[in-house]
Formats: sequence, structure tokens, C-alpha cells
Amino acid sequence: MREILFFDTTLRDGSHAIKHQVKPELIEEYCKSMDNSGVYVVIVGPGNGLAASSLQIGLALLSDNEMLSIARKNLHHTKLGIYLIPGFGTIRDDIIPAIENGVEVFKIGCHCTEANTTRQHIEYLRDHNQEVYGVLMMYHMASTERIIEEAKKMQSYGAHGIILMDSAGASTPEMVKKTFSGLFNNLDIRFGFHAHNNLGLAIANTYIALEEGASIVDGTIRGFGAGVGNCQIEAVAALLEKCGYKLNIDLYQFFNTSEKIIKPIMLEDKGLPAISIVSGMAGVTAAFTKHVESAAKEFNVDPKDVFIELGKRKVVAGQEDMIIEVAKTLSDRAAYPPPLT
Amino acid sequence: MSINRVSLPTEVKKTKVGIIGTGNIGCDLLMKVMRSPLLECGIFAGHNPDSAGIKFARQHNIKTTVDSIDYIEKNPDCCEVVFDATSAKVHLYNAPILDRLSKFTLDLTPAKVGIFCIPIINMDDILNKNNINLITCGGQASIPIAWVLSRVHPEIEYLEVVATIASRSAGIGTRNNIDEFTQTTKDALKEFTGIKKTKAIIILNPADPPITMHNTIYALINNPDMARIKDELCKVELAVKEYVPGYKISLGPVYENGRLTVIVQVIGSGDYLPPYSGNLDIITCAAIKIAETYVLKRFNKK
Repeated sequence: MREILFFDTTLRDGSHAIKHQVKPELIEEYCKSMDNSGVYVVIVGPGNGLAASSLQIGLALLSDNEMLSIARKNLHHTKLGIYLIPGFGTIRDDIIPAIENGVEVFKIGCHCTEANTTRQHIEYLRDHNQEVYGVLMMYHMASTERIIEEAKKMQSYGAHGIILMDSAGASTPEMVKKTFSGLFNNLDIRFGFHAHNNLGLAIANTYIALEEGASIVDGTIRGFGAGVGNCQIEAVAALLEKCGYKLNIDLYQFFNTSEKIIKPIMLEDKGLPAISIVSGMAGVTAAFTKHVESAAKEFNVDPKDVFIELGKRKVVAGQEDMIIEVAKTLSDRAAYPPPLT
Repeated sequence: MSINRVSLPTEVKKTKVGIIGTGNIGCDLLMKVMRSPLLECGIFAGHNPDSAGIKFARQHNIKTTVDSIDYIEKNPDCCEVVFDATSAKVHLYNAPILDRLSKFTLDLTPAKVGIFCIPIINMDDILNKNNINLITCGGQASIPIAWVLSRVHPEIEYLEVVATIASRSAGIGTRNNIDEFTQTTKDALKEFTGIKKTKAIIILNPADPPITMHNTIYALINNPDMARIKDELCKVELAVKEYVPGYKISLGPVYENGRLTVIVQVIGSGDYLPPYSGNLDIITCAAIKIAETYVLKRFNKK
């Protein structure tokens, strides 16, 4: 089975949600928390990518250079990436400094019908042995045939992969299915999806894209991003594990980052809480949630573990009495771990 | 700042110009040259015999070649003034040849070989130079406004322009040079205004029917002198309109939250592409204006 790559675009897309006021501490804590979690790359920079800090889009608190330097210092296993839209940034002022700053993955984007404006940048990066992906934004505004044509142009410039952005969250499941099966039949390189959740379909649409052959999930922790937010990567990862995909990720590390780092800085929490994702994975009735939370607190165990254990015991609705039993058992197990066999 | 209308001497032999590059810009230039009382097209040079531009020129009985710069090198008498509407890369090759041939060269690519020119700002300083760079369409549209703002408020520390053009009016040359286009606009803004930090953003919009070229100029200013800015903007608008008829301040100046905004629309004259392509007119009109002023000045000297 092909490998699924997670492109973590939390710090970049999330920048929109907090009016580009991403602080140094956030970048540092976030990168530390996600380093070696199994995401392929952490993308850093202002909401519209490098050089997009502007009166037009919003002035960012930190310069691009400051953001990249902090991220670089705190990522040791996971790659550092950037996004750049030609027409905002340039090779001289932005791409060369990014290479010098140790950026390892470059996403070069444009409106979905304008792929030839990315040619110079993709070719430059290929000529300098950099890893580069082409991004087509607002893909819902063009026909499937046109999207395929534009994606093929980016492939011909040397892109290692293509990402379609559903920038407006305007996709229907049928559109995703048709577009991604089209890409599968026409591209020789990997491709992926960057979904937004305006119609509540970001996770479902991402799943459909993967089923049609996509192998890049481009999303954010807790859905932190522009508008109602993005495809929540910890939720889609949970879904994929449940569906039998083999992922090389640490789901609890995703959950921790979601609860401890992203939730506190969101102006509005639009993401799914870790505990709800886990209860869905475990297949335990949602009605247990409040009880699980209080029992977990009482016995000082992780409520997510309680849900997972309840799932293993195949409890049904109405079995709330099992919660306290499971919480107690987990607590005892932690205090007196079973001998290694 | 104001430019005197070209007053036509009674008997003028038209000056021959060469146009290299047969894309949107080359063809639009050709139509404007054909209308000029001072210029005529000596050669329309490209490299692809099947290009739409070459066919278009032939239909108008214009002498064409597919040998591009080589033709001008071998037939230096075909023109005195050269418009280069190829690409930044090709102009880097053409420039030294044109220099050796002593052609007064108007570079419409963002190659930045020669001196930048915005006709209403520095026309008098550039006519004795051999190679004049027209910056970009976004630069021609926004720099006059940015220049006014920087003169009224020299303390401005940050200025930004956003140029939005119809996808259909951005030919392959513009697309292949989008990086130079962005960089050159930014650099020229800085050079003409003296403002420390400038930014240029270029957006292509594929909407159908196509949008009109739209340029927004933002500046961070404390306590702007709105009366004086308005007054100076009116003057500059009229001065640019004199050679780009469709140039119009469509909004502003508006001041909110420390940010001053002016929006300029450029409606094209509809020569080669329909009027939405104000981005062609703003740069081709400027180039024609410079060429005519050069020719006239030389004539008056004789």
C-alpha cells in the first residue's frame, strides 16, 4: 500500500485565524510538539505563504525569516516547509533566503487555472535539488479537465507532487471523487488534498480523495485555519487507522498538540476534541463522554484510554456502569503494571 | 509633472521603429505605432512564422521577419528606435546587440538592463540613455500614485501595491517572467519613492467576462494631509491620462486604521486586446510616449 504523507499546514493556515499574530513561543512549542510525530513536513509562514505579510492580507507579527529560524531550531526529524505564491514572493527575496534558512520542502501555488505562473519557481527549485510541490488553489472554480491539464503542467516543470486546495470548502463528495480519479488516471507523481470544512466535509472529502488515489493529506491540527478551518489531521488519521490504512504516526502526539498547544490559542474552537475522535474510533456511544471525563479525572487516567478500553469491551448504550470499572482498572494497571512476559 | 502634448511640426518624416516580440504587447505596440504621427514600423520581428502576431502584422502590410534580433543586426537601417517586447531572458541577449547598434531601446520586459522610466516622473533624465526599461504594467499604473504619496509624506516607511489583471491579458511572456515582474515592480517602487520597504503583489483573475486592470496602492501614514494628497492625486491622474486615456482613480484616497488606500483602474483603448487589458495600454502607451518625445526632441535639435 502506498505511503500517506501528512503535510502539517497548521502554523500557516492557522495564521489566518489569529490575524497573522503567530508568536515566537507558538512556533517553538508547536514544532517541538510535532517533531518526530510522523507528519512529513511542518509548513511555516504567513497565511498566504512567504512574502504575504501585507496590508492586503494582514501584517504578520513576525518576519518570514524570524518564523523560519525558530522553526528550524526546533525541528530535528520532521522536515521544514514553506508555501509561496508567485506574484507575492520572488526567487531573490524569498526562495533563496528560505533555502539558506534550511527549508526542505517547497509548496508553490497559484489560482487553479494559472499553473504556468509557477514554472519559474518550480524549475528553479528543481535545478537546485529541492523538494517541490505544485499547489492549485480554489480548485472548485475550474472543470476537472482543466484541473488535470494544469496539474500536468506542474508535473512537466518538475514538481514532485500536486496538491489541490479546496480553498473555499466548496467541494461536494462527487466533485472530489471525479477530480481525484482524474488525477489518478493522468499523473505520474503523487498528489493530495487540502480541504476546508465550510460544508462540514473536510475529513470526508479528504478520505474520498485518498480512496481515489491521493497520498498527501494537507491539513491542520484541530482544523486550526482560515474561516471555519481545515481538514483536521488527527481526525483524518484516526479515521484512516480505523479503515485499515497503515500510518507511521503517533496519534497521541497529534492529540496532545491539539489539546495543549492549539486549543488554548484559538479565538474560536472549531475543531473536534481529541476525546470525541477517540470515542468515534473506539465505537463507543457519544453519550458516555461526560461520564468518561469525570471518571478519568477521578482515577487520574487518560479519558482517551478509557474510551479505547470501553471499545475493546464492546459496551453498548446504557452500560455507563462500565466506565468507572474501566477507569479503576486502568488506574490500577498504571500503579501496578503487569510483569513483562 | 505635466507633459506637453506632442506638437506636430508641419513636415515630419516618420521615424522607423522595430518591434521585437510578437505577443500581446508587441501587437498592441504595433497598432499604436500605426496611428502615431511620428513613428512607423520598419520591422516587426519574431521567431515563429506561425505566430498569431506575425500573421496579424502581415494582414496590416507590415514588414515582418522571423529572424528576431538577427534581422536588425544584419539590416541596421530598418529602424532607429527598438521596442523589445520579448522576455527578460531574451532581452538580456538582445540588449548588448542593440547597444552596439546604437538603437534607442525601449525595453518592455522586466529585464531591468537600462534605466527605469515613468514618463511623468523622469522623462527628461532618460532621453540621452540608450536603454530604457518600462518596468511593468503594475509599475506604470501604481508608481505615479506612490510617487505622489511619498512626495507629500516623505516619512512613509511602508508602501504596497496590488495589481490585479485579467488572466487573458497576461500572455506567456508575462507568465514566464512573473518572478522578474514581481521583483522589478517592487524594486522600482522603492527607487522612485525612496520608501525603505515596499511590496508588490500580482494577482491573475481568470473571470469571464474578463476584469479590468485594477491597482490598489496602500501606504501606512500617520495623520495624512488628505487635502494635499487629493489635490496632488488629481494632478497626477490628469498627467497620466494625457498618454493613457483610460487611467482613472476609481477610489480614494481613503484613510482608515492608519492605512491610506488609492485604487486605480486602467481601461484599455481596445487596440489589440479588448478594453479590459488596461495592463497592455499602460505600458505600451508609456513606451510610445517616450519614443515620440525622443523623436521630437531630436527633430527640434536639428
